[in-house]
Amino acid sequence: MNFLAVIGRVVIATLAEIGKLSKFTWAAVTHIVRPPFFLRMLLQQMLRIGYFSLPVVALTAFFTGGALALQIHYGSSEFNSESLVATVVALGITRELGPVLGGLMVAGRVSAAIAAELGTMRVTEQIDALTTLSTNPYKYLVAPRIAAAVITLPLLVFVADIIGIMGGYVVATASLDFNAGVYLKNTINYIQDNGVTSGLIKAAVFGFIIALMGCFHGFNSKGGAQGVGRATTNAVVSASILILAANYVMTSLLFAK
Amino acid sequence: MANKPDPDAKIELRGVHKRFGPKVVLDGIDLTVPKGESLVVIGGSGTGKSVMIKSVLGIVKPEQGEIFVDGQNVLKMDQSDREDTLRKFGMLFQGAALFDSLPVWENVAFGLIQGRRMKRKEAKEIAMDKLSKVGLGADVGELYPAELSGGMQKRVGLARAIAADPEIIFFDEPTTGLDPIMADVINELIVDSVKELGATTLSITHDMASARKIADKIAMIYRGKIIWAGSVEEVDKSGNEYVEQFINGRADGPIQMEVLKP
Ligand SMILES: Nc1ncnc2c1ncn2[C@@H]1O[C@H](COP(=O)(O)OP(=O)(O)OP(=O)(O)O)[C@@H](O)[C@H]1O
Ligand SMILES: [Mg+2]
Repeated sequence: MNFLAVIGRVVIATLAEIGKLSKFTWAAVTHIVRPPFFLRMLLQQMLRIGYFSLPVVALTAFFTGGALALQIHYGSSEFNSESLVATVVALGITRELGPVLGGLMVAGRVSAAIAAELGTMRVTEQIDALTTLSTNPYKYLVAPRIAAAVITLPLLVFVADIIGIMGGYVVATASLDFNAGVYLKNTINYIQDNGVTSGLIKAAVFGFIIALMGCFHGFNSKGGAQGVGRATTNAVVSASILILAANYVMTSLLFAK
Repeated sequence: MANKPDPDAKIELRGVHKRFGPKVVLDGIDLTVPKGESLVVIGGSGTGKSVMIKSVLGIVKPEQGEIFVDGQNVLKMDQSDREDTLRKFGMLFQGAALFDSLPVWENVAFGLIQGRRMKRKEAKEIAMDKLSKVGLGADVGELYPAELSGGMQKRVGLARAIAADPEIIFFDEPTTGLDPIMADVINELIVDSVKELGATTLSITHDMASARKIADKIAMIYRGKIIWAGSVEEVDKSGNEYVEQFINGRADGPIQMEVLKP
């Protein structure tokens, strides 16, 4: 009997959390599209979320592109390796690894930072203070962060695409002795045929998830420093899992034949 | 329930209940703050004073009861009416609640810049003026809240509360953490804002000297209820043993602190 009670409690708690998250998401989205807009905050957040994530994302992409080139080379026969490496690196980076790894890296950086910042504001009553100063905290805090992440993540992933492909190119030409011209030509052929938009759409969705999770957990944190710590961890974990799940769903939808 | 709100009241609470989980904090609060008057609420630590004023501001949602501001029930308002009503308020939080990402002057000017869309330059001038009223110079305006002492943060919080010349000001323990002289400066400032702005104020304090100075009326809260209310003159001969114990600061009496005695 006790066992059933535990299951019941867990189910109810989960449903309550989902309900809370849905309400929060709705409030956040409606405040993004309705004026007044806090442009100053938006720009500041774009800088913090987008620009300052560039080094992390670029390094991730570069090494991933390089490793990918090596793996494909080892895994394919001597005969077709040269044409395969360029194409598969371009495909892997632009469709999956660029957005997913970029998203995960930014989740670690940005979800955590947002949750810690808003969580501290919550427990020190700064969010309540906003309300008393005729400023809606959803508008002032949540909307600019989500909008900034949705705008900047595709830009970041676009950069990651370029640098990831470059990583593959450097490894292929420097360590595998491939012909540089042929490699580039194969890459360009792939991109001309397939484009990179699917990956950028994914990136925008991941940006939404990252900022939403950071804001949601920060907003609902309670109980001092420990509570803020918990909110930070929860934000990163939930953002990462949602990114991976959303990626699977989007891959199956975007590339369904 | 069908009774109309009192026309002379700026704020009126009726039967307000609030609990957190099993813990009942407000157990039927009835309180009236008349227009243009200064009401001070006294009461022990943890009796729900802060929760009470947060209920009026809509930060805490009571389960039961009515709260009228200018005759309008704030608990039944939609979002935009509520935001309009909040424009009438200024609030000093017990822990100051300054925005640590903004310099001091921008904290003070925040309601003007964000809430009222005033030009930054104009708002900064007003902010600096309010800061000087609470005894802080222009150099402090450029500092960040983390660089201030607790008492200075309190004064910045006070400047922020009065920056937009609100009709109603709530002070949650305005003098706690200040030296006696600065405490008196703050008391006078509160008295002046009531006089000059014609503001209605609701203050919470443990400091009886401050209460006597700023109050027109005093109310005492105990276990989630208002157990006594009257004018300042009456407080010394209230005949209420709870009030007498509190204002004389005695450990023995009807109010038992929840501490273990050896
Ligand atoms: N958000 C909250 N969640 C749970 N309990 C709360 C919350 N806010 C307040 N309480 C509880 O409500 C009670 C009253 O708190 P409140 O802050 O109003 O006390 P207070 O009268 O202002 O005390 P003090 O004079 O020490 O400031 C406390 O016991 C506190 O534990
Ligand atoms: Mg309090």
